Amino acid sequence: MSTLDTPMAQGGHGELRAADAQSIWALRWHRFRGHRTGVASLVVLALLVVFCLMAGPLEAWRGIDATQTDLFKRYQPISAEHWLGTDDAGRDVLARLMYGGQVSLLVGLLATLIGGVFGVSLGLLAGYYGGRLDNALMRLTDGMIALPLLPLLIVLGAVDLTKLGFSTEAAHSQSVAFWRIILIIALVDWTAIARIVRAATLSVKEREYVSAARGSGANALYIMGRHILPNTITPIIVAFTLTVGRVILFESVLSFLGFGIVPPTPSWGNMLNNAQELVTTAPALAIYPGLLIFITVIAVNFLGDAMQHAFDPRSEK
Amino acid sequence: MASFITRRLLQTFVVLLVMSFVIYGLMGLMPGDPVDIMAASQPGMTPEVMANLRAIYGLDQPLMVRYARWLMAVLSGDFGFSRTHARPVLEVLTPALLQTCKLMLASFTLSVILSLILGVSSALKPGGWIDSFVSLFAFAGISVPIFWLALVLILTFAVGLQWLPASGMGRVGDFGFWDQVRHLTLPVLALTLANTGQFTRYVRAAMIETLQMDFVRTARAKGVGSRRIILVHALRNAMVPFVTIMALSFGSLFSGALVTETMFAQMGMGKMIYDSILSNDFNLALVGLLFATFTTLMANLLADLAYVALDPRIRLE
Repeated sequence: MSTLDTPMAQGGHGELRAADAQSIWALRWHRFRGHRTGVASLVVLALLVVFCLMAGPLEAWRGIDATQTDLFKRYQPISAEHWLGTDDAGRDVLARLMYGGQVSLLVGLLATLIGGVFGVSLGLLAGYYGGRLDNALMRLTDGMIALPLLPLLIVLGAVDLTKLGFSTEAAHSQSVAFWRIILIIALVDWTAIARIVRAATLSVKEREYVSAARGSGANALYIMGRHILPNTITPIIVAFTLTVGRVILFESVLSFLGFGIVPPTPSWGNMLNNAQELVTTAPALAIYPGLLIFITVIAVNFLGDAMQHAFDPRSEK
Repeated sequence: MASFITRRLLQTFVVLLVMSFVIYGLMGLMPGDPVDIMAASQPGMTPEVMANLRAIYGLDQPLMVRYARWLMAVLSGDFGFSRTHARPVLEVLTPALLQTCKLMLASFTLSVILSLILGVSSALKPGGWIDSFVSLFAFAGISVPIFWLALVLILTFAVGLQWLPASGMGRVGDFGFWDQVRHLTLPVLALTLANTGQFTRYVRAAMIETLQMDFVRTARAKGVGSRRIILVHALRNAMVPFVTIMALSFGSLFSGALVTETMFAQMGMGKMIYDSILSNDFNLALVGLLFATFTTLMANLLADLAYVALDPRIRLE
């Protein structure tokens, strides 16, 4: 890490050579590239995203429509027209897997982002102000961590939106179901990020540059946004990554149980809705969606783990 | 110590009170209300009769009043009546609780044993081939959607090999000990595989940290055998964080049990909560959810106490 420390010390002596002028992110990228599992995970995830985005092009190319049901073509085997066969309603399985992946990945990212912003804000406030506010916010976090999340999510997913003032058609629309699952998962899965940001804030706020900023009259919001947040960014990135994996699992199990993404919109979870029937009639169809969830989440987790090591200067490997 | 327990019990009670209100409020937002459901099976019911029934059950009262009444009843030991089972809630709850205990106890014990063996053997040589293999297994356990794992197990052992039953708790007319064991095997296996991943990661991390401590080096310098160092000196110390985290993971364990019970048609607490939400059995769902929350909070309290009991350096004021 000496390249980072030298510019100040060198002062006026000579210019920095181009090779020395590595940014911290270039260094981290360099360290990250040393992790075979991390790099492999990144490649796998990129391939998965490309796979999911191929849905439209595949339909156009093969001349099929993933929403088209045809009860005369239920559970067809693999063929030239349907590369992975058809499902219980005669729809193309491959195209639905791609569309389902778009939904599952999008839910994972959006729920993590929304819950993450909430968690980051909470962690910053608790860590920066400390005292009573910290105490109250951390009790809230501890209380949330202690809850059995899945039953709670099921209850939240079962809430009848018409009783909250939504119109009947809005309450049963596909897009409301999509945003509802994002929001309810975000509502419960922000605790890990909040705790990590709080801990990082506690250590960063004692640094000299924060005192200097405060001394020169910067207000709290500016200090948190300009000085503390950028210096806690690495644990935040790692925590976000690991959260995406957990959220995708939550989405899949909720959709599977019937409280998440509502058919006909496919998601990797709800494509297993009729699993009991699939097990006996078309076992392969029970394997694909879950396998894709499994591959996605394990890649995300390996990626998070590799980043954790790459971002931590004390870590040896 | 006594004051600590009292304070924590009080905290637990407050959280439970808040949760009971939240869940009670959410139950009011479930689709349909009890009188509508009655009317659905009694087409001759006039609006006047329905209004009368609402008044009798107090459903026309504001939320706070209804909650207060329910709370008073619960505190005096009256948990209400299950709509679908047509029996008092407690009578339905007790056998379900017993079934969940069997499942969770068996898989918890197996997970602990497995994770200790795997975690310790991978911590002995971090980066070695055993470690790589165990780490792959652990990440797989964390990343697998448990309902899909259950599906794969059913496909393999029940449909394919036909070694074990796919669902249920026992054959009608048999229900002996071995019959029950056969029916529990796959659910226990699914839950165990899913839990062992997380546990193994904890054991490994705690063990690696402990093996670097001075007292281990001292023991080694004094010529203590390596088996004794690992099993007596290091493992005992590594158990401190492990025991705490195991107790803290009770909530996610219960979430896993819910999915497992649903997949294998085991009439435990998880499936009972799921079914009662699906069938608008509000009283049963409410008490089931609160009981799950209560147990999780108690497990957290136990975690704190275990921490003190195992590590004499920690004192609670």
